[in-house]
Amino acid sequence: MQGAAAERVGQAVLDALASAGAYFVFAGRALVELVRPPFEVREVLRQIYALGSRSIPLILAAGFAVGVVLSMHTRATLERFGAGALIPAGLAVALVRETGPLVTGLLVAGRAGAGIGAELGAMRVTEQIDALEAIAVDAFKYLAVTRILACMIALPLLTTLMDFAGMTGGFAAEAAATGIAWPLYFQRSFELIGFADFVSATVKTVVFGFIIGSVASYLGFHATRGTEGVGDASTRAVVASSILLILSDVLLVKLIFILFPQIGS
Amino acid sequence: MSSLAAAVEFDRVSKAFGDRVVLQDVSFAIAPGTAFGVLGRSGTGKSVTLKHIIGLIRPDAGRVLVHGEDITELRPRALARVRRRMGFLFQEAALFDSITVGENVAFPLRRHTRLGEAAIVARARQRLADVELSDAFDAMPADLSGGMRKRVGLARAMVLDPDILLVDEPSAGLDPITSREIDGLLIGLRRAGTTLVVVTHNIPSARAIADELAVLGDGRIVARGTAADLDANPDPLVQAFMRAGTGG
Repeated sequence: MQGAAAERVGQAVLDALASAGAYFVFAGRALVELVRPPFEVREVLRQIYALGSRSIPLILAAGFAVGVVLSMHTRATLERFGAGALIPAGLAVALVRETGPLVTGLLVAGRAGAGIGAELGAMRVTEQIDALEAIAVDAFKYLAVTRILACMIALPLLTTLMDFAGMTGGFAAEAAATGIAWPLYFQRSFELIGFADFVSATVKTVVFGFIIGSVASYLGFHATRGTEGVGDASTRAVVASSILLILSDVLLVKLIFILFPQIGS
Repeated sequence: MSSLAAAVEFDRVSKAFGDRVVLQDVSFAIAPGTAFGVLGRSGTGKSVTLKHIIGLIRPDAGRVLVHGEDITELRPRALARVRRRMGFLFQEAALFDSITVGENVAFPLRRHTRLGEAAIVARARQRLADVELSDAFDAMPADLSGGMRKRVGLARAMVLDPDILLVDEPSAGLDPITSREIDGLLIGLRRAGTTLVVVTHNIPSARAIADELAVLGDGRIVARGTAADLDANPDPLVQAFMRAGTGG
């Protein structure tokens, strides 16, 4: 009995390692194809529209709510130390450096990642991917690389919107509590933020976009078992990309501290 | 038949999926401009045979030659060049469901020709007219019946005027009248010099279209020859197939 259980666990570990290996091969190929012509410009633009623009309402609403909540929480603490005036700057730093990129990444993973996984999964099980190959179109380049690139371009733009919405939410909360004027709030917001903050945040969101696009495309490309497999690809795309996003964030923060020491100091 | 003359040649091709052997040492050659029919019970590797010819599946052993070129050895770009000379009708049509019927048929033209927009649309409309679907240009694939989707798939497979047309179950899901019309279309293509490889369960269609037939069973070619040759073949499987079409 114990032997059988150990065998099952061992097999599961081997399967997981094999899947991870296959994903890294897939992602590595995507990195090469990203910079190799021909570039599917029209399809990339279509995907940016499909993945990016349709996420805007979600991003704006979530950003505004995050801004309000962060502002309310920090107010309670900072006021105790007489540092209420630092709320705009603190909120902006939190949003630009960490909360904005991560929350945007998780929201896009949930919305676009699931969509990519389901769409490519359905194309796989209905032989549409084979049909593309039969028409002499590189399906990997046409379907996966375009979606990955679209995520890499859309995510920094969406993060900027998230940051803006968050600051607006923070201003709304502060204006309700203290009656602070809009120009003063925004002046204070940017007091602690430098150019390096925007560069590092952009690099981070590009990496997040690559993770979301490549994980969802990989799972969609490898979907099996009909409609059940499509649903599975969609769900796993969200779960796997969310976990990878959070894990990679830890590494990226450390890397950013090394590359941009002024941020960590 | 000389190998050099073959449009398609299987040379001792074997393929297994896990423990299940689908093709075992299968060899045949198809002369250019002829129609080759593949018969066999479900799951005997007919579709797998077609997918080998267009390089969607690679054999575990053996070679697949298209116009004398071993496509199992080709790199992706070279394989794409070979594929541009082929058309493939999938068993379930495999239409791109996010674009219209017209865009499905126009898709290969947009990818592989320098035709202007008007010429692309005109040719796509002509191919749809060939399969009696002139009115479906702006419809979405989801709005069509299975048989109509099949015909759109055929129009898409034909739109680049391929040298070799691979057709998986052209009659499946079609009414008898449309089925005969599709047969007529395929016969016309063969007469115009297109090499056809047709997988079918429809014996009357196979008799009408194919110059030569092969019956697959247990991963091997059980019998091969003209319809008359197979009619005279004593093998029970072959007889079961050939009689199915005559009501015998």
